[in-house]
Amino acid sequence: MCLAIPAEVVELRENETALVEIGGVRKVVSLMLMDGVEAGDYVLVHAGFAIERVDREEAERTLAVLEEAAEYGPLYE
Amino acid sequence: MRYLDEYRSPALLRGQLRAIRELSASAVLMEVCGTHTMAISRSGLRPLLAPEVDLVSGPGCPVCVTSERDVGRAVALASLEGVTLATFGDMVRVPGPQGTLLEASSRGATVRVVYSPLDALALARENPDRRVVFLGVGFETTAPTVAAVVLRAREEGLKNFFLLSLHKLIPPALRALVDMEDFSIDGFLLPGHVSVVLGTEAYGFLPREHGIPCVVSGFEPADILRAVYLLLRMKVEGKPEVVNEYSRAVRPQGNRKARETMYRVFREADAEWRGLGVIPGSGLELREEFRDLDAGTWDLEVPEVGERSGCRCGEILRGRIKPPECPLFARACTPDSPFGPCMVSSEGTCASYFLYEGGEGSGG
Ligand code: SF4
Repeated sequence: MCLAIPAEVVELRENETALVEIGGVRKVVSLMLMDGVEAGDYVLVHAGFAIERVDREEAERTLAVLEEAAEYGPLYE
Repeated sequence: MRYLDEYRSPALLRGQLRAIRELSASAVLMEVCGTHTMAISRSGLRPLLAPEVDLVSGPGCPVCVTSERDVGRAVALASLEGVTLATFGDMVRVPGPQGTLLEASSRGATVRVVYSPLDALALARENPDRRVVFLGVGFETTAPTVAAVVLRAREEGLKNFFLLSLHKLIPPALRALVDMEDFSIDGFLLPGHVSVVLGTEAYGFLPREHGIPCVVSGFEPADILRAVYLLLRMKVEGKPEVVNEYSRAVRPQGNRKARETMYRVFREADAEWRGLGVIPGSGLELREEFRDLDAGTWDLEVPEVGERSGCRCGEILRGRIKPPECPLFARACTPDSPFGPCMVSSEGTCASYFLYEGGEGSGG
């Protein structure tokens, strides 16, 4: 139930809402729980609300850590 | 999709598995969050890590930890004349003393499944002649969204929107869990989206006071394996901390605006958890100024009962047993005909095992 899904902010709308795209589907979500959201941001959406920004730098950093371990090659060979 | 697919490459999983094996450590780790339980079951990580690493599930499915009595209150509310009860999908199939909300609706109660508490607000606007009660379940991830909706209802001056708050807080539940006799978990995989709101310091007492390593983890299999690796390493090195693996979403300080919204509307109160009993300060009740929309204060007739005899959800939620150890698992209790809440919710431990870990036919 605490599922939250990354969505790209397409445009800001009135009344503290934004149009976002989640895997090709567009919907309006509330921005009442966040400040300073802009078009182009990736946000996590939970129960119709954006609850946090996805930080690109941190996302890349985590991937880099994971990829580093992957470079040793397959385990079962 | 960006920020999802990149984490799903099999090479990343193999790399993490190798790193875990190289530590040659063993541990019992608890994934607190139901979304993690489902992700672990679906991706088949449990057998890959066994027997050195035993992943047990905890109390992190909001529907599952809702007490029998509270399910009874919800059914009683829904059965009142002129009331529409709105809630999230899984809630309507949880059996309580008078059956499920779904069964109540076949007896004439008005029950609506919504995706967002905003949908419940819309129901109230569209049906001014009915009292719309939102049944609020969920942890720190969800409670701020419900708080925001309460503030909206107030702003709009809606007089027919009400809330039954069954919201619960994760840190007090973890405190209760580690204080239990025969608690023996070597590390916690902490819920990512609860932590989006809470931040990481809220768990500081676990390593400091109890020496238990903790990792806030994302939900992709690679995230979960990385979290397992970090937990094992802390155990081996004897340096417990709270580590944030899910740093792309979780800020150390959490989402302050969400917390402020939550505490503007709610205050902490004692709450009853299935399997854990009453935990002080582990629930959220509406503050005095919102009492007029608190359906929790309504006079209701709820039959007194204990938890369903035979169902071992309580032990499941404390990480004491695994679903196949329940004699009803996959026999008298299946997702189509659930006996207990852990089999109802799509993130319930019993449902996760049934669907993905050979529940069907494997019996007890
Ligand atoms: S299998 Fe069913 S009856 Fe047994 S503990 Fe799980 S939910 Fe309860």
